[in-house]
Amino acid sequence: MEFDELFLLAIEALKRNVGRTLLTMLGIIIGIASVIAIMSLGKGSTQSIVDSISAFGANVLTVSPGKSKRGPGGSSSTVTTLVSGDAEEIKRLSNVRAVSRVVSKSKTIVANSESVNTQIKGVDASYTEIQSLEFLSGGFFSDGDVLSAAKDVVLGDEIVEDLFGEGAVDFVIGETVRIDSRVFQIVGVIRDSGEAIVPVTTAQTFLFGQDHLDSISVDMVDTDLSSVLEVEIESLLLDQHDIDDPEATDFNIRNSQSMVDTISSVTGTLTSLLSGIAAISLIVGGIGIMNIMLVTVTERTKEIGLLKALGAKHKDILSQFLIESVVLTITGGMIGMMLGIGISFMAARSMNIPFVVTLASIMLSVGVSAGVGVLFGWYPAQKAAKLHPIDALRYE
Amino acid sequence: MKKSLLIYFKNITKTYITGPVKYQALKGIDFKIRQGEFVSIMGPSGSGKSTIMNIIGALDTPTTGLYKLKGKDISHYMQDELAEIRNKEIGFVFQSFNLLPRTTVMKNVIRPMMYSGVKKKERYKRAMDKLGLVGLTDKANNLSNHLSGGQIQRVAIARALVMNPSIVLADEPTGNLDTKTAEEIMETLAKLNKQGTTVIVITHEENIAEFAKRTIRVKDGLVEVDRKTRRKNGI
Repeated sequence: MEFDELFLLAIEALKRNVGRTLLTMLGIIIGIASVIAIMSLGKGSTQSIVDSISAFGANVLTVSPGKSKRGPGGSSSTVTTLVSGDAEEIKRLSNVRAVSRVVSKSKTIVANSESVNTQIKGVDASYTEIQSLEFLSGGFFSDGDVLSAAKDVVLGDEIVEDLFGEGAVDFVIGETVRIDSRVFQIVGVIRDSGEAIVPVTTAQTFLFGQDHLDSISVDMVDTDLSSVLEVEIESLLLDQHDIDDPEATDFNIRNSQSMVDTISSVTGTLTSLLSGIAAISLIVGGIGIMNIMLVTVTERTKEIGLLKALGAKHKDILSQFLIESVVLTITGGMIGMMLGIGISFMAARSMNIPFVVTLASIMLSVGVSAGVGVLFGWYPAQKAAKLHPIDALRYE
Repeated sequence: MKKSLLIYFKNITKTYITGPVKYQALKGIDFKIRQGEFVSIMGPSGSGKSTIMNIIGALDTPTTGLYKLKGKDISHYMQDELAEIRNKEIGFVFQSFNLLPRTTVMKNVIRPMMYSGVKKKERYKRAMDKLGLVGLTDKANNLSNHLSGGQIQRVAIARALVMNPSIVLADEPTGNLDTKTAEEIMETLAKLNKQGTTVIVITHEENIAEFAKRTIRVKDGLVEVDRKTRRKNGI
């Protein structure tokens, strides 16, 4: 028999008992839907985390004050040992492209009658290259501005919109804003940002009143040698700070790429773990299919006998029942896939993470559900095909 | 000129073994059936007539002995080879459960053609043709569970004819019918026989057997009587 005929026969057989068909499919529907939703949400949250880390610059080492990575204690705000001199020394190391001092605090920016509370960053002019900032208008302040502690500010587009209204990005250059009642002139607007950036000297002198730094951003030439550079910076700073015990550092060095890698691998592991758990429900669904197919074969024993009398061969009966279970699981898989995509779409919206559906997960769901159909449909189909025509015809 | 030999049974035996129990249903059956005959195989229950029908119909193989169908020895065929014989050479009419449940008459009649690769265009034509022979063209799209007992048997006859088989093999075809409908069905079979189809009817009812031209009586696994039937109503 040809495939299209077998397919139609399967549909007819499944339509004979719609309620049972739907209940049988439920296991596959739930299984596929949860695998798809978990995979999609896992991908989305990984991407959202990676994006926000990458926003700090991908090939950048960040030196922060405070105890090293191990355990809590020594929060950066209370440690004041990281100073401009350290940044000067790091700049001299080979494999360093650029260095920027960073200080930051939350402040209120006022313009006209609007005010916005945001993170104010004080940085060097090199910061724009280190972070590859994208400008919607204007530009960054210069080394000269940093030296003279100019009252320039670069604003994120989100702040500009909050302060000046939508579409203000194009004409806001040269306008002034107030931070702590000091007047700053807007020199540039950056894309997709809610920060306000000023020269580091200006921030230290006029805004925060501090000499120490909150972090140092180091851009390297060759990222493959980042671990070498980390060691160099560590020994340099230990020397600078007169610390003998390498375990008792008052600073720590973070590599944004390694953070991305770590977090990706953590979310990846979590995603596969959860998908694995969801996949178990697929197996349970498959066993449900096998169970129902066995019942169907028993119920239809006389029919099988009749078909054999009419000339159905082993493969005719086998493929008829096999295709029936595969149609059952693939239909369930499709419904599950749509349900899963729907769930992940709504969840991604409410959690504000990117909605990611990969072709791979769609292929996987169709493939897996077909596989489940063949795997768990095989035994009942084989049982049907092996029936002796006389036994089947006589079955009561 | 004698008609060509269709069925040749030579010393056919059949022994069923269930666990330790052996039961010999057929103890050496011999007969020949020629093209165009109308034969009834009669006997009380347990006589072995169903076993004979199973072997003739290629549903089962004999334990020993020779069964030639159209000159071919099919005594030792495998299941799939037997399936092909059933499809091409035998048209079955059973006592009950003849039709696929909740399936239209047309789809029921078409089914044997699906197993032998008859072209789709031809299937419908052939099915309508055979439904015409039993007078059921108007019921082609009815579901099988909406038919009367007599109609079901006539659909089964149409289906039995659709592959143009060598034999129409009817196993108690009137067992579930009232006398009048039973006679109608037997008359339909007799009409087909007149047109040249070989018909074999398995029955335990005398009045049904009387429709056939020849009766083979079986008792305790052996042929008791094999003779021409006293004609009924001059058919």
